[in-house]
Amino acid sequence: MSSVSSSDDAPALVEEGPVARFFRATELDTRTLGMVAALLVIWVGFDVYSGMLRPNEGLFGGSFLTPRNLWTLSVQTSSIAVMSTGMVLLIVMRQLDLSVGSMLSTIAVATGVLQVFELGPWLGVGHPAIWIIAVLFALVLGALIGAFNGVLTAYAGIPAFIVTLGGLIAYSGVAWALIRGETVAPMDKTFKLIGGNGPLASIGPFWSWTLAAAACALLVLGLLNGRRQRGRVNFPQRPIWAEAFLAVCGSAAILGVTAIVNSYAWAPKIIENYAKENNIPIPPGVEDRTGDAICMAGDAVVRCNEGLVFYTGYAIPVLIALAVGFAMTFLASRTSFGRYVYAAGGNPEAAELSGINTRWLTVKVFMLMGVLVAISAIITSARLDAATNSLGQLNELYVIAAVVIGGTSLAGGVGTIYGAMLGALLMQSLQSGMTLLNFESAYKDMVVGAVLVTAVFVDQIYRRRLK
Amino acid sequence: MTAKPLVEMRNISIAFGGIRAVDHASLDLFPGEVVGLLGHNGAGKSTLIKILSGAYRRDSGDIYITGEKAEINNPRDAKKYGIETIYQTLALADNVDAAANLFLGRELKTRWGTLDDVSMEAEARKVMGRLNPRFRRFKEPVIKLSGGQRQSVAIARAIYFNARILIMDEPTAALGPQETAQVGELVKQLKAEGIGIFLISHDIHDVFDLADRVCVMKNGQVVGTARTSDVTQDEVLGMIILGKCPPGAVPGPGAMPMAA
Repeated sequence: MSSVSSSDDAPALVEEGPVARFFRATELDTRTLGMVAALLVIWVGFDVYSGMLRPNEGLFGGSFLTPRNLWTLSVQTSSIAVMSTGMVLLIVMRQLDLSVGSMLSTIAVATGVLQVFELGPWLGVGHPAIWIIAVLFALVLGALIGAFNGVLTAYAGIPAFIVTLGGLIAYSGVAWALIRGETVAPMDKTFKLIGGNGPLASIGPFWSWTLAAAACALLVLGLLNGRRQRGRVNFPQRPIWAEAFLAVCGSAAILGVTAIVNSYAWAPKIIENYAKENNIPIPPGVEDRTGDAICMAGDAVVRCNEGLVFYTGYAIPVLIALAVGFAMTFLASRTSFGRYVYAAGGNPEAAELSGINTRWLTVKVFMLMGVLVAISAIITSARLDAATNSLGQLNELYVIAAVVIGGTSLAGGVGTIYGAMLGALLMQSLQSGMTLLNFESAYKDMVVGAVLVTAVFVDQIYRRRLK
Repeated sequence: MTAKPLVEMRNISIAFGGIRAVDHASLDLFPGEVVGLLGHNGAGKSTLIKILSGAYRRDSGDIYITGEKAEINNPRDAKKYGIETIYQTLALADNVDAAANLFLGRELKTRWGTLDDVSMEAEARKVMGRLNPRFRRFKEPVIKLSGGQRQSVAIARAIYFNARILIMDEPTAALGPQETAQVGELVKQLKAEGIGIFLISHDIHDVFDLADRVCVMKNGQVVGTARTSDVTQDEVLGMIILGKCPPGAVPGPGAMPMAA
């Protein structure tokens, strides 16, 4: 505010170097690119380091950059990533939800109890309606708990920090009271798929490629549409080369990720069982212990290069997380709801004076958070194939950490959905990587905490230099 | 002026925790008229006007718009009656751009119900072109703009939606001499279009230049109302400082009892 600027005449254009021109033309966010770079450094670092300890078939000889590990990483990230999208909007609105972890366990446990002790006996185990009722129940429960948090914050005027701190404690008590610390298992067989549990919980290469192609087409259409819209009213447009660059890079990223998830094969034992159950013949072949496929060498089933093989493709929870990210980005940037959330975060008084009902808006954002927590609760309990009251422990902190690493300002008004999801991926990469390297959990926690603080510090420096 | 008043506020009172911020204040405004509202800081001018704009809810009193009783309980209600306000604080959402601020709460939508950012920016370019032709920073959050640019965004927001009644709370407080003159021109132009304007200021010269009438407040009460042609600046100063109502003014409840 203190700097008197005279860029009305844009004198900077003259001295602009090629790098600056590139970023201005493509309208790429350098901060996001920095995060992607950090992510790649972490990935390569883990792969190289794990390769030194125990060589494997990863890109740099380690075990991190393998399709198997990256696929697992994507599934592990999805729960936190889903919740982080809602937390972004809350923090942008200068609110906070510390209760998401406890909410997750409450919803997971309640949904588990409903499936196993109520719906199972009533409809018969495995009834096709069970998973639908369970999912709807979880979503409604999430919305209700969120609304409760929101009403206390917005209408009773209790600070969100206190409301949700109380919730953090109270909801974990609810989860305990529901099952007295027992474990509810197993989940319904269709419900399980939502967690990426089992070979059928991924959509396979064909649909993965189809989806990837559709995503590329959407990307190109989106760029074209933006161009047409801006052309309609004669606004300045990106140069053609910049548009092409974005289209090519975006498509390459989509196709690259798809290629990776499509090269992760089912485990041989699972292929064998699946073949037996479905009467698929296993072809004869030559044994090769590095192969992904299975074949018959005499009477024995062995691994080989040529034979029967199934690849996983995208796991269902990952698709859910991507869909949530897409929907939330749309909500945040293309609807008046999102616009109000950002405006209210930038200046609550101005939003109120503009005629926005900021209290009701707050309740809606808390409800949205609750629904997203419910989605994560479904994913987490389905993945574990069980519900316990320890699910979701410390999740509130991981979610907030992901959001903050993703560039959301705790002062409100600033933050992006994709940033938070990248933040979630970064956090999970660190944790998985250290697990892979057999770090003790105490050291893992130290590293993750240190990274969080460092990331915010670096971000502060970056923002200060920008001004 | 025999026409119906555009706005008539009768016996408005509001108290904050025992302090009577506005105490039985009455005020009216006719089409094409500029009424200056004067008084010290804390005299109750901003509070009175925030009741009209819907930011505060009055404890008692009535508001009539073109002779009909109006229900104004929040800013949305006020906007429905064509009351637009330029707040002293500007009330801009600092983190979004000029077009988003201009249309905040009244966004233009595409036919699918999504935000039509392109149309909003195009409209913003039009109206800003009228107010501040050198303004080009449409993509930047308004926090990065200069004081004058932010002010023009706030003004653009008030005039874009065809206001009938415009409230300007210290509109020139953050401006340099040239921009202040521009605001003056704008006030005259809007007045000529038949818009009624409340001008709140503690700069008595500004008010005398632009206003047809002045209303002076002190300690939450109206000291008096006068046509600017019937009183001198010194007399108005006397109203502001002492609460002394001169012969040319109509005394209000806050006028100092005159020793006859």
